[in-house]
Amino acid sequence: MRIRLEPRGQRSPFWVYGSPVLALLLTLATAAIIFTALGKDPVASLYTFFVAPLTSSTAAPELFVKAAPLVLIAVGLSLGFRANVWNIGAEGQYTLGALAGGGLALAFYDSTSPLLFPAMMAAGIIGGMAWAAIPAFLRTRFNASEILTSLMLTYVAQQLLIYLVVGPWKDPEGYGFPQSRLFQEAATAPNLVAGTRIHLGVLVALIVVGLGWIVMAKSLIGFQLRVVGQAPRAARYAGFSERRAIWFSLLLGGGLSGLAGLFEVAGPVGQLTPQISPGYGFTGIIVAFLGRLHPVGVLFAGLILALTYLGGEKAQIDLGMPNAVTFIFQGILLFYLLACDVLILYRVRGAHRLIMERAA
Amino acid sequence: MSGDIAQIVAAALTVITAATPLLLAATGELVTEKSGVLNLGVEGMMLVGAIAGFATAITTGSSTLGIAAGVAAGAGMALIFAVLTLTFLANQVATGLALTIFGTGLSALIGSGYVGIAVKPLPRLAIPVLSELPLVGPILFGQDVLIYTSFLLLAAVAYFLYRTHAGLVLRSIGDSHEAAHAIGYRVIGVRYLATIFGGAMSGLGGAYMSLAYSPSWSEGMTAGRGWIALALVVFATWRPARLLAGAYLFGGINILQLYIQAWGWEIPSQFLTMLPYLATVLVLVLISRDQTRIRLNAPACLGKPFYAAG
Amino acid sequence: MSEQAPNATLLQLKGIVKSFPGTLANDRVDLAVRAGEIHALLGENGAGKSTLVKIIYGVLRPDAGEILWRGQPVHIASPGHARRLGIGMVFQHFSLFEALTVAENIALGINDPAARKDLKQRIVEVSRSYGLPLDPDRSVHDLSVGERQRIEIVRCLLQNPQLLIMDEPTSVLTPQEVDGLFGTLRRLSAEGRAILYISHKLEEIRALCERATIMRLGRVVAECDPRQETARRLAELMIGNELKVPSHAKGGSDSRRQRLVVQDLTLASDQQFGTDLKDISFAVAGGEILGIGGVAGNGQNELMAALSGETLAGRGDAVTIDGRPVGLLGPGPRRSAGAAFVPEERNGHGAVRDMTLTENAILSAFRRMRLVRGGLIHDRQATSFATGVIRDFDVRTSGPRAEARSLSGGNLQKFIVGREILQTPGVLVISQPTWGVDAGAAAAIHQALLNLADSGTAVLVISHDLDEIFAICDRIAVIFHGTLSAARPIREVTVEEIGLLMGGAHGPAAKEPSDAHPA
Repeated sequence: MRIRLEPRGQRSPFWVYGSPVLALLLTLATAAIIFTALGKDPVASLYTFFVAPLTSSTAAPELFVKAAPLVLIAVGLSLGFRANVWNIGAEGQYTLGALAGGGLALAFYDSTSPLLFPAMMAAGIIGGMAWAAIPAFLRTRFNASEILTSLMLTYVAQQLLIYLVVGPWKDPEGYGFPQSRLFQEAATAPNLVAGTRIHLGVLVALIVVGLGWIVMAKSLIGFQLRVVGQAPRAARYAGFSERRAIWFSLLLGGGLSGLAGLFEVAGPVGQLTPQISPGYGFTGIIVAFLGRLHPVGVLFAGLILALTYLGGEKAQIDLGMPNAVTFIFQGILLFYLLACDVLILYRVRGAHRLIMERAA
Repeated sequence: MSGDIAQIVAAALTVITAATPLLLAATGELVTEKSGVLNLGVEGMMLVGAIAGFATAITTGSSTLGIAAGVAAGAGMALIFAVLTLTFLANQVATGLALTIFGTGLSALIGSGYVGIAVKPLPRLAIPVLSELPLVGPILFGQDVLIYTSFLLLAAVAYFLYRTHAGLVLRSIGDSHEAAHAIGYRVIGVRYLATIFGGAMSGLGGAYMSLAYSPSWSEGMTAGRGWIALALVVFATWRPARLLAGAYLFGGINILQLYIQAWGWEIPSQFLTMLPYLATVLVLVLISRDQTRIRLNAPACLGKPFYAAG
Repeated sequence: MSEQAPNATLLQLKGIVKSFPGTLANDRVDLAVRAGEIHALLGENGAGKSTLVKIIYGVLRPDAGEILWRGQPVHIASPGHARRLGIGMVFQHFSLFEALTVAENIALGINDPAARKDLKQRIVEVSRSYGLPLDPDRSVHDLSVGERQRIEIVRCLLQNPQLLIMDEPTSVLTPQEVDGLFGTLRRLSAEGRAILYISHKLEEIRALCERATIMRLGRVVAECDPRQETARRLAELMIGNELKVPSHAKGGSDSRRQRLVVQDLTLASDQQFGTDLKDISFAVAGGEILGIGGVAGNGQNELMAALSGETLAGRGDAVTIDGRPVGLLGPGPRRSAGAAFVPEERNGHGAVRDMTLTENAILSAFRRMRLVRGGLIHDRQATSFATGVIRDFDVRTSGPRAEARSLSGGNLQKFIVGREILQTPGVLVISQPTWGVDAGAAAAIHQALLNLADSGTAVLVISHDLDEIFAICDRIAVIFHGTLSAARPIREVTVEEIGLLMGGAHGPAAKEPSDAHPA
């Protein structure tokens, strides 16, 4: 099984956009195979998973609700990845944002002030930033890999969450369940579209996409991040500091992840529980890659991956399939994307050429 | 008197069983990284190994087949990683993450039918006479097969890497794949083997968890051990002897978790559960500070893709 | 040992031709090496020595010509084949495995397991008997450069070569290590082995070698006995008799204003194989071009990094730009002080391959050309700056949106040089201005540098290419093992002096005469 790669000499613009599309198609094809292996009708299953959520009038707006946290997280991550800063702990930063904002809400439980929610947003951002500051510090000061440290902190954050909701922050009227009180009106994310769950977070996510694009493409700091990631020597030549890039990337990713966490608990979830995230922090990584590390691409990728969440939920109800199928598809999508990306820089030649060379 | 001994024996057992899955996975990853490949998918490979082993053991009634299945599953996952990173030159960090996400999902999917089922744990190897010795007996001679295997495998890996020509070739590839290629060694081929071995070991570690440590299956049961194993390889500065020490250090932290509560300290259990993760961060920081040591011991080509320009 | 009759011809090359796209590296080269002979292959960078030797060692195959080994025609298909014939080679850049021991490194080169038995013992015996003692159990990263070279040599000797090729072996050795090496080589020669010794260091060749083949621009220009020739004669043959006269009338500048002053710059290299800089002092006046020559690997990269600010000097006044001490400042503040830099490496250092020319323009010019306002990049201004560079410096490209990787080497270099020049710097430091660049672009770059100097800028050119320095510089200094010789006006310096300086024969540098600021 010999596959030869021939360098193209320059990036193929066709494949820069074509690769994600091809990856999606391959994922759908594989999904059909997996459905068949599970004993389900592939066409019906594909429909349930990928199409039905879009057609239903109750489910379609949910797409935006599910996409909002993914987009927020992935915009932050994508800028950091461009600088070669691998923030894998977005899940933990999300949790800390939720805890910071949620804690504020619980502390001011009787408040009706319109300032409460903005304060919660700020708290969410700061909470996420603080959690991301730890790996930033450890990397710049001690050279410890931010991949491992940010990830370990995710587990720590999860434990912190559990501790708080079974302990000090448990709802006294909650029948002993591990959850906090439901957030009061003033602490709930304002609803934007009546009849749906579309909340302020969706709008903020859109704004963040726009701002993210400006930062990445137009700002000096965005330029610095890109140079640091692509050519560290050129970055030093230009006088750009790697340290600053690391701090900025992690704080940005952390702040946005924290904000995403805040919106989730103050919006759709409405309280603090141990399950405030169905893995958004990790799916966010896939969204970032699928979106080609570009804020606008991230927007589309976020919608696509939100679809897989909705599809997974629907498949669970309608087809009796376990929720885990969602993650399998997400993982497979990333695999295919990584494989298809090789086409951007190389042509793939199969084994037949080798046979011809041997014969010569 | 005997109560104390029983306590010590129990403590030692806890340390050993906690350390073993880490030791197995980290040993495999050590070999992979020595050849220059960084596979972050250990957590995913362990989970898939765990469920493959568990499901096979339940279905066939044989824990031996279960272990074999775990090994094969881990190796299969590693093969996916190898094809993507070694043949398609995909970014190793991203592919490793993808492997973890995929493995987590796949194991949950297969495992959904196996939650709550009990399996017969691996039998203990009761070596006659020797395992009757007080204190030392049960600890050293009364363990289950995989625990002895973990030591044997570590020793075998150490011997392979440092005493055989093939192991030397593998180390040279991790040090400078250009120079190794210039001599004529098959860089990609060796890396494939090293990666698959790493996956097999991770699968074995996972199978140990579901067949001996718990023994049962639940979603995400490795709880980050795969990541800790990665940190252990760094902590051990890529040397087998230190890996043993590191794995047992973490086993010791497990003890701490159990005994702090027993000693009556009023610490909420969640903080105790945090201990291994915090310890990992601490250990990473301590070892990373010494940049010269890292530079000397880390395979120089770790994570770098290799493209043989014809 | 060898059964050759003394003076039998061991290796003969007849009419070897080898060309690459754009260059004729070997132009009908003839070479004859006799058993027991130490034969020098002499020539400058680019003369074709490396190519010829790679052909002998089986790394490359000639386009035309014959190779005779012990009188029989051979096609040397691979280094393994060369080794089996009895040809061994010690490369200039070692390919050793840092993290492994001496014995392990040597074992990796030996395919036959039987030959690996008792390897450690054989290593000790062979290395000791040739005066190159090696401890088989030491790790390579602990060894000095001279000791590492011993590994390479012993690895060759264990395979019993009849011809040993050594490529610039002393470029990284201390004087004592050089003596040790010469002793070993003379022993090998006494055993009847032949040595092909590649170098450009005239004194060494005159001390060691019995015959020399001199190459220039791909051709053999002479064959002689170096012991009978003067260093001057050898240098003339090597460099060529015509010394190009600078194409501008400047004999140094009239204004005595020193714009770039370097005072006692001492810096330890942060690279493992790097060169430490010791007490480097020089000054460049506005309107003049100072050239720093020397063989690669003598500290040029470290000096460039110290000047550009990528490495900080120990003291603020170690580097002064227009009177301002910038030694402790990074590249950004140094550019604001009026300096501009062109590093040796275009790809990944002077420019980012995957970024557009506009973005590459922003890379170094955003401060001086005010391309950033309020944290945001001014696209239009950046594009017009990049367009200006493309136009004024005749960069062949589709436009400012083209990615840097799509440009040829010459055009990218023109762009980078133009980018720096259009920032109207007071000081320009440029390393290897025309390396890997076609003749047309090289001429354009040279003229641009001359024009820049004429406009009052102080220009420092660091180059391996003596022709280039003689073409455009007013004064020349030579860097060797991290120290700098005194700078002399070009017209006063002789070729022989330069050749000797590049080979380090004059020892540690004299300090700059007193027109530098007193410390």
